[in-house]
Amino acid sequence: MDILLIGLNHRTAPVELRERVHFSADQARSAAATLRSQGVLREAVLLSTCNRSEIYGVPQSAGAEALTAVENFLCSFHGLDSVALDGSLYRKQDHAAVEHLYRVAGGLDSMLLGEAEILGQVRQAYQAALEEGVTGPALNRLFQAAIEVGKRIRAETDLGAHSMSVASAAMKLAEQIFGSLKKHSALVLGAGAMGTKAAEQLRNRGIARLRVANRSSDRAEELARRVAGERVPWEQVGDVLREPDIVVSSLAGSEWTLTRAQVAETMAARNNRPLFFIDLGVPRNIESAVAELYNVFLYNVDDLTVIVEQNRKARENEIPRAEAIIAEHLEKFAAWQTGAQAAAVLNELRSTLRLQREMFARDHAEDLNRFGPEDRERIQRLMDELLESVLHDPSSRMLKEKELRDKLRDIELFRELFGLRKDRP
Amino acid sequence: MTTPLGYVSVGLYALSLVLYVLHLYQGKPTAGRAASALLAIGLLTHYFALLERARAVHAVPYQDLYGSMSLFGWFLALTYLGLELRHRQRTVGAFVLPVVLLLYALATFLSPAAPPPPPARGSLFAFHVTANMLAYSAFTLSFVFSCMYLIQNRLLRGRRLGAVGWRMPSLELLERMTRSGVRVGFVALVIGTTLGFVAADRLRGHYFSFDPKEIITVLILAGYAVYLWLEGSTSWRGARASLLCALTYLAVVFSYTVVNLFLSQYHHFF
Repeated sequence: MDILLIGLNHRTAPVELRERVHFSADQARSAAATLRSQGVLREAVLLSTCNRSEIYGVPQSAGAEALTAVENFLCSFHGLDSVALDGSLYRKQDHAAVEHLYRVAGGLDSMLLGEAEILGQVRQAYQAALEEGVTGPALNRLFQAAIEVGKRIRAETDLGAHSMSVASAAMKLAEQIFGSLKKHSALVLGAGAMGTKAAEQLRNRGIARLRVANRSSDRAEELARRVAGERVPWEQVGDVLREPDIVVSSLAGSEWTLTRAQVAETMAARNNRPLFFIDLGVPRNIESAVAELYNVFLYNVDDLTVIVEQNRKARENEIPRAEAIIAEHLEKFAAWQTGAQAAAVLNELRSTLRLQREMFARDHAEDLNRFGPEDRERIQRLMDELLESVLHDPSSRMLKEKELRDKLRDIELFRELFGLRKDRP
Repeated sequence: MTTPLGYVSVGLYALSLVLYVLHLYQGKPTAGRAASALLAIGLLTHYFALLERARAVHAVPYQDLYGSMSLFGWFLALTYLGLELRHRQRTVGAFVLPVVLLLYALATFLSPAAPPPPPARGSLFAFHVTANMLAYSAFTLSFVFSCMYLIQNRLLRGRRLGAVGWRMPSLELLERMTRSGVRVGFVALVIGTTLGFVAADRLRGHYFSFDPKEIITVLILAGYAVYLWLEGSTSWRGARASLLCALTYLAVVFSYTVVNLFLSQYHHFF
């Protein structure tokens, strides 16, 4: 039961190429169905995200031809010359293919180490293939195991636990100060990329009141609409400063700076309730001396970058734990695979022996015809029972005893020994 | 008179502490859940250990320092578990359990062979002791929370939040838990002390006898009253109020140790 994988990802191909071999959800379904109907693959699952396009499959016949056939299909489906994919495609089989999918599902192969989205994408890709009816025992088992691996890595390690962006690290800090943000309010100064990210994060975390101010009122209006916030006219920023618990500032240029004196006044007006300043501006928008004030917390881009960097290292430290989970599941899958292969070989052996038994009976029809119909039937039955009893012990040992299966890893030798067919139906 | 149940309880608390610490450092939810479960079982076995002792002396077991410490530890663990269930916050366990364990381990291992026979003082007196024990437990928790607040506040303001810092409860929650601890402790101490005055009147014929224990208790009540008054005010809210709470607790420790052991005429063990 060979499993093959052909694909490319953010490490092997630039975005321009990834875009060209991307499969939409509908394309993925139809491509999988075509691969099956053309007899290239018996089972197929296509996983396509913005960072990767991968085809997992079980070929009709073993050997390298299957890989070439899938590769040709990939090129023809997207109208690409095979030269365009040179050096970008990876081709993996069996253990390596299984391991690759486990790493992908666990977030170890992602651009942002440990990101959670990929597990959902793996689940969706499998679900789509299942609905299309293009999976079988091998890929069902493989993808269900991969989803399990992904879940376990998320639950048992901290691979996805720490914020990896400046904006989300800032939000985590806000939660360390205020707990849930649902009863707190925030003011976002600046409607650029950073301001937008921060406003979105605040909205996602259920901030009770979100206000946005920008020197250009149009952009502030647009951002306010996008995050269901309120726009504050730039001239009124000083007046409303006493109300929010979180102030995110990401203004460009150095014309505007919040001084210690202004913040001291603000703190007096808000009865010293804690105030968290997130200064994402470069140059900084808030005087560093503001941090000296009682109950004021001030973090700038550098402080947050240090946290993100620490988080990245913390995630990297979790890699061995994630890999241990993968190794555990790889072993389980290999055991299942050998068991399934053994069962398939035994079935083939059984049918071959039955066929030989029938041929034997046909060859010796004259001898058998000497007996009456009842006796002939009895002889036939006894021959069947003999076959079953010969096969019974080795079959049950092969299915039950893991060590034996490990020794019989090269199941093809077994096929050769008994002259079994190589290509299965 | 340490019973096998007593040792089992110490073992359970110790295991629970190990798991709470593991939960704090590694953030494993399973470790946290196991820690809470062990603490709950520990509380149960500890309860039966206390019951055994109570049956032996025919009274609430506060007649010696060890019994009193054991009772104190039990109340502390119980109030903590209640708070943990309410706030769903297990990281505090690593800070509270050492106090529980210390109190109970001392009570268990230093326990005298037989507790002294108690003088018959009636149920009013028993309620006085129990309410005050509850107050001590609540104040101990407030002390732990305010210390955690001070540490966390310092780490956050200094931009030095480490792996453990990220797992600590938020400042706002710590502040809220400190406040509820002090409120519960304050009410329990007011009730306990009032009952004590009534019991004193019945036993000795007068409510107040200027015993150092009575004086320090009134001072403790005054200290916490000041905390409750100031904690929401402009200049005190936050770290200053937490510091005030932590310092007031020192008076509780002084009352429970020095005053009980060396100064008070009527209070020796609680």
